[in-house]
Amino acid sequence: MTEAPAIKTDSVRKILANYPPNDGSALVNLLHDIQAAFRYLPQKALQMTARHVGLSPARVFEVATFYEGFHLKPRGEHICTVCMGTACHVRGAPRLLEQLERDLEISAGQTTADLKFTLEEVNCVGACALGPLVIIDGNYNGNMTSARLTRLVGGMQKKGKK
Amino acid sequence: MAAFKSARQLLDYRKKLKSTTSARRRTIAVCAGTGCKALGSFSLFDAFTSELKKNKLTSHIDLVATGCHGFCERGPLVLFHPEGVLYQRVKHGDVAEIVSKTVKDGKIITRLLYKDPNNGKQYRKEQQIPFYKHQKRMVLASNGHLDPTSIDDYIRGGGYSALAKAVEMGSRKIISEIKRSGLRGRGGAGFPTGTKWEICSRTESDKRYLICNADEGDPGAFMDRSVLEGNPHSVIEGMIIGALAIGADEGYVYVRQEYPLAVERLEIALKQARRLGLLGKNILGSKARFDVKINRGGGAFVCGEESALIASIQGARGVPRRRPPYPAVEGLFGKPTNINNVETWANVPLIIDKGSKWYAEIGTAGSKGTKIFSLVGKVNNTGLVEVPMGMTMRKIVFDIGGGIPGGKKFKAVQTGGPSGGCLPESKLDTPVDFDTLLEQGAMMGSGGMIVMDESTCMVDVARYFLRFLKSESCGNCTSCREGLVRLHELLTDICEGRANADTIPMILELAETVKTTSLCALGKTAVNPVLSTLRYFGPEYRAHIEQGRCPAGVCKALITYSIDAKLCNGCTLCLKNCPEGAVSGQKKKLHVIDQDKCIKCGICKDVCNQDAVLVE
Repeated sequence: MTEAPAIKTDSVRKILANYPPNDGSALVNLLHDIQAAFRYLPQKALQMTARHVGLSPARVFEVATFYEGFHLKPRGEHICTVCMGTACHVRGAPRLLEQLERDLEISAGQTTADLKFTLEEVNCVGACALGPLVIIDGNYNGNMTSARLTRLVGGMQKKGKK
Repeated sequence: MAAFKSARQLLDYRKKLKSTTSARRRTIAVCAGTGCKALGSFSLFDAFTSELKKNKLTSHIDLVATGCHGFCERGPLVLFHPEGVLYQRVKHGDVAEIVSKTVKDGKIITRLLYKDPNNGKQYRKEQQIPFYKHQKRMVLASNGHLDPTSIDDYIRGGGYSALAKAVEMGSRKIISEIKRSGLRGRGGAGFPTGTKWEICSRTESDKRYLICNADEGDPGAFMDRSVLEGNPHSVIEGMIIGALAIGADEGYVYVRQEYPLAVERLEIALKQARRLGLLGKNILGSKARFDVKINRGGGAFVCGEESALIASIQGARGVPRRRPPYPAVEGLFGKPTNINNVETWANVPLIIDKGSKWYAEIGTAGSKGTKIFSLVGKVNNTGLVEVPMGMTMRKIVFDIGGGIPGGKKFKAVQTGGPSGGCLPESKLDTPVDFDTLLEQGAMMGSGGMIVMDESTCMVDVARYFLRFLKSESCGNCTSCREGLVRLHELLTDICEGRANADTIPMILELAETVKTTSLCALGKTAVNPVLSTLRYFGPEYRAHIEQGRCPAGVCKALITYSIDAKLCNGCTLCLKNCPEGAVSGQKKKLHVIDQDKCIKCGICKDVCNQDAVLVE
């Protein structure tokens, strides 16, 4: 077991202060805010959250692992998300995902060793008219083709190496 | 503006708003819905802002970024009011010309008009375009011109007048009006809304809650997102009316985490409504109090199920519980809770404003009003459509949707999300309403309508939904947790050529078990995609099992890629793009695919300009 990386506890405290203490119903919202700040849910932050909302660390961990939207491991600098919704599926999304898995040499859900890229799937983002859709760092890239995807991600990989 | 102390003050405020702006005032409405935004409509909006400023036109014409207009396929969309002229696929570079020609001189730029790909006919006005002409836009009516961040815009157009009316009516009258309208829940199950409200309001309690279910989890459905993003006040107004009816003083909107813009728009709208005294204590001077909080989901499909959603708001895992007691009796924090879906809430102000009689005249005997569908997949006019209940599938797919692109053949339409079913060509004349769809083995669901053509493999589609559902099963019931995994394995066997004569009987037996022994709707309906494709596309299953063939050319293990000797012109594109180096050949000579190296990724087919790559 590797040691958890140190995090800025001050920024966690700031986030916690936005919610009244001992209110369990704030938990999911809180986890979202923490993840927005750290790109994942650091263990230390989860412990602090548990104390703040008045739940056991086990309960907080249980919730954090139940929802697909939460990540317990550090994620990459760039997040590539392939929409796997039905509309995107019938327009060839699985092939795009496989292409990214080959190009980045990771499986969906994993992060490259240099922490540059994380590859994820999403069930549907409701932009079905643009399918197949690949979201890179929050930007929707619609009507994606394998050639365009190679250019997009290839360009980012090169930039990273410089 | 201070908070309204009575309904009168609200009406006076509207009068004032109307007198300061002429109804004939020109507006440029740039669609800022998710689709158009992804296609660059925000930068288009900025270009319009600076171009209008440059030409000193800002005092003559309004520029608004609106919610989704629905015609996502043709985005970014720019609509001119009051003329109703629609420009589609507008680019940054078109803006200067639009301002100088259309805005200044009133001239039409024909290249930006919509042209029907089927017959080449051009349309000047939005309302003439077949995509819009056959629709009946009630819930989405304001999406094309309303600024979703302006409560004044909403009030000017008649917003919150239903609430003013509801304050006068009181609980019993509101409920009977909703009951008479015949409104049924738009989230999928179609339970009569008025009855639900009545049960909740009659349950003895010191406290009642109200929830708006915006956990739109069905892949391929985005109507709730568009309503929240484009007209958030219509949902809030519906919720306040609901709160008056059932006597709730606290409400929640549970929004999917994938919808950040919807959360942002809702937050703005809630603040505005509070400032004007439409939320909070003494709503419009009455004794009623009500306020709304936003809760974000965590990316779990099962949280669209009401008891799982309630668990999630309470800060727990989203696991459904046994019902009854239904939430209307025992819901959030153990108190009576009324849950309705976004689209249902957005229908409420329309009914109260125009009356149940008017509403009940729209639709079919058992399903009243309109329904919004997201028409997606292999269809020409992808987008959001609102039609009266009872319109046939054929009219939606072919008249509004413009049929199948690329001259391909229609194969199926899938409705009802992952738990829905696939209907074949022979069922295209089915009128779309809650009950008829169920009879045909599909369901209304939240309104996703995914069109499939001859290049879609129905076995693969069934496997896709099972993959989705097995990973979204919360794990509570063994039959759902384990059964879906096994069903997925059996479907994978078929797709990969390992199936035999026992596979289908085994699927049927297992499906029956999962269906009858799961607690919530996720498990109970999870087998629908398999059962409906087996029912209507049996020969395709048999081709996979008996002949080891995937007729649609989708299932990798059963297909091979090859290059047509007659069509290949030796351009080397496939050779350069093949990730595995499986293509060989010289310039201007026939290329060949090495079947041992080929991983069937399909890139060669994508890049070939000659259509020379064959899949068999």
